[in-house]
Amino acid sequence: MEDQLLLAAEGVSKSFPGVRALADARLHVRVGEVHALLGENGAGKSTLLKILAGAQRAEEGDIRFAGIALDPSDTPLARQQLGIVTIYQEFNLLPEMTVAENMYLGREPRRFGLIDWPRLSADAQAILADLDLSLDPRAKVRTLTVAEQQMVEIARAMTFQARLIIMDEPTATLSEREVQVLHRLVAELRERGVSIIYVTHRLTEVVAVCDRFTVLRDGRFVAEDLVADHTVADMVRLMVGREVEFSRRAESSASDEIVLRLDGISRARSARSPHATVLHRMSLEVHSGEILGFAGLVGAGRTELARIVFGADRCDEGVLWLGGGELRPLRSPAEAMRRGIALVPEDRKQQGCFLDQSVRQNMVLPSLPALSRWKYFVDERAEKKLVERYRIALAIRMPSQMTPMGKLSGGNQQKVLLARCMALHPRVLIVDEPTRGIDIGAKAEVHKVLSDMAASGVAVIAISSELPEVMAISDRIAVFREGRIVGVVAGTGADEQTLMRFMALGEAGPRSG
Amino acid sequence: MHAKAPRQADVEGYSRRPSTLEWLNRYGTALFLVLMCLFFLAQNPHFFSLRNIANILADVSIYGVIAVGMTFVIITGGVDLAVGATLALASICAAWAVSLSGWALGPDWLVALAVSVLVGTCVGLIHGKITTWLGVPAFITTLGGMTVWRGATLLVNDGGPVSDFSEGLRWWGTGSLLRLPVPVVVFALVALAGLVVQRYTRFGRQVYAVGGNPEAARLSGVDVKRIETAVYVIIGSLSGLAGFLLMARLNSAEAVGGTGYELRVIASVVIGGASLAGGVGGIGGTLLGALLIGVLSNGLVMMGVNAYYQQIVIGVIIVLAVAFDTYAKKRIG
Repeated sequence: MEDQLLLAAEGVSKSFPGVRALADARLHVRVGEVHALLGENGAGKSTLLKILAGAQRAEEGDIRFAGIALDPSDTPLARQQLGIVTIYQEFNLLPEMTVAENMYLGREPRRFGLIDWPRLSADAQAILADLDLSLDPRAKVRTLTVAEQQMVEIARAMTFQARLIIMDEPTATLSEREVQVLHRLVAELRERGVSIIYVTHRLTEVVAVCDRFTVLRDGRFVAEDLVADHTVADMVRLMVGREVEFSRRAESSASDEIVLRLDGISRARSARSPHATVLHRMSLEVHSGEILGFAGLVGAGRTELARIVFGADRCDEGVLWLGGGELRPLRSPAEAMRRGIALVPEDRKQQGCFLDQSVRQNMVLPSLPALSRWKYFVDERAEKKLVERYRIALAIRMPSQMTPMGKLSGGNQQKVLLARCMALHPRVLIVDEPTRGIDIGAKAEVHKVLSDMAASGVAVIAISSELPEVMAISDRIAVFREGRIVGVVAGTGADEQTLMRFMALGEAGPRSG
Repeated sequence: MHAKAPRQADVEGYSRRPSTLEWLNRYGTALFLVLMCLFFLAQNPHFFSLRNIANILADVSIYGVIAVGMTFVIITGGVDLAVGATLALASICAAWAVSLSGWALGPDWLVALAVSVLVGTCVGLIHGKITTWLGVPAFITTLGGMTVWRGATLLVNDGGPVSDFSEGLRWWGTGSLLRLPVPVVVFALVALAGLVVQRYTRFGRQVYAVGGNPEAARLSGVDVKRIETAVYVIIGSLSGLAGFLLMARLNSAEAVGGTGYELRVIASVVIGGASLAGGVGGIGGTLLGALLIGVLSNGLVMMGVNAYYQQIVIGVIIVLAVAFDTYAKKRIG
């Protein structure tokens, strides 16, 4: 019984336009085990999970569940009814409904065609009690903490008689204590013979709760083994070991002149956004002509710090110096831009682009004050010239200046957003995940643009979740972990495994400038 | 077949003949307007008489002035349901001011114009501030405004109409300038100003940005709240101007004036191709939309169609126009 396979996925392949997300991936999960699925960002974990959940369809591959081949055209609901339940990072709960309603959504017990409310409550209560969860089935989900909402998701999984629960980064937003509670619950589920696929970046957790692990790299199966037989360092090596795909910057243009200095930037947990990362006294210096990389896991505080520097969010404490002058209350991005700070935001579509509007409008919007005539009017000739200049400089491929932004490829959209910032002639340029979701050729072009910006004396801050990228382009790398800057490493001295350990464990690595 | 048009070609910059569907989506409203005119002409030769055309245009002008403002509001992703009530309040206040002051403060038409626009502007400012400061959705703010201002209108002069203005004031509604009805000239000027602001000013660009993606607009340095407030101020002042034109045209300011205008105005903008989700639309389209509704109501009257049927026809056309637009966008991608 112990060694019986519950899930056997073999030769799973899936492509997206321009990217091969999975190539011959393999995942074997046994009955009653907690199985860690490991890999870097972009290794194909999420795609594999979505295929298992029925949210996406594999192009090739054979997936057997409890010995029966799964129909690739299954809907997520069909998979849930088979007993495969996925708990995503973003929960699928309806905040205005109660715990019990959420647990049985769409499958409420009925009597004479109407919802049998007393039974709904009783059934939900029974499952919660069975899992030893002290949640009120009548409480609205909106009033629960993140950890409690996660428990509702798990309880909901049990209403399907789940045999395989897939947890995607379940602890990313939990506190230390909440993580302990979750791990107890995971152990409890395992006792009952439920199998769990546990996806996490935090390798210490893998050691704490998982039995076996599978490593994916660049969409391919790399290894599967017992957790007990390996150290954290082994797992990191398996996840990382690949040839560097980015060419390192030829030479640094960093100077001694400090352009931006952050001193003790802190932000406490607030009632308005209880799930935001807490920031602890973050201090940094950024020099003219350098590229400073921000490395860290999701939720480590990199984007949060960038947004504070840019005036998009507020901090509680701390001082910001720009070229010597104190800037403390940066009230808005507009003010940040006037003072010479520009940001290419993390989420291109949600925070960057106006997809229905022209490339020209997208590129020039923040530069309009400089392109105006008689104060209020737009100087269209200057505007056209500016767009044309950056189209050539960045080799942006677009049919015309009036083409809607949404018709451009991701790489070209990203170049338009870079051009938007460059046109402001900033002293500090912050780019957040500048190459996410764009093809490899475009990535190299973006890297070249960042290098050129630095060479012209701009202080560049580059946030990226792809370690090889951070290492290739940065002069120095600031490592973030759980709302702290745990160290600053020289770009040339960094190796991927050290950085990864540093990010995951916060343990001291080589420290320098 | 349209859906299979090579998308990559678009990106790569190869030119491609626009499909029938794209052509229809772009020029459909204009085409429909022309066909409708021909149809009404065939039904009744008097439809194209100078007198009738002047009549249609004068009618269109009054809500058209507001539709120019509504175009800005809808492009930001908002809506103003209180335009009819604002119009009534502004015109009653103006008429009342004229009846009190007479010529004491200057020409009576000037007093009426100033009071009307001022009242409209204040109402718009209140809507804008409530929407941006308190975060109440514009739909709700102006839904409330719709009854509040209508009620306030009834308080002024106890709900009775104020009538019989001087020749000079009535000229603004019934006179002619350059052989055109004065309201039409005013409307043309307002539309032209709207077009210039929309296409050639920073403000115009920022309006599109706010509606297209408010978060991206903020991160691009746009003061989103200021823009949102401004569009309600604009539509408020234009509602006031429309109130002035209407009272001059009817020689009377009434508490029920402008009832139902909000629907006409919103319909004009939406038929003109704007999206209630924001970011899309334009004054040119709105002009066509306003004209289409004007021609339709007038033509149906000329045909002797029962007024109840008119409402049904107009409603059906609004929904069909948007349905076609949605369908075409989905197919074109």
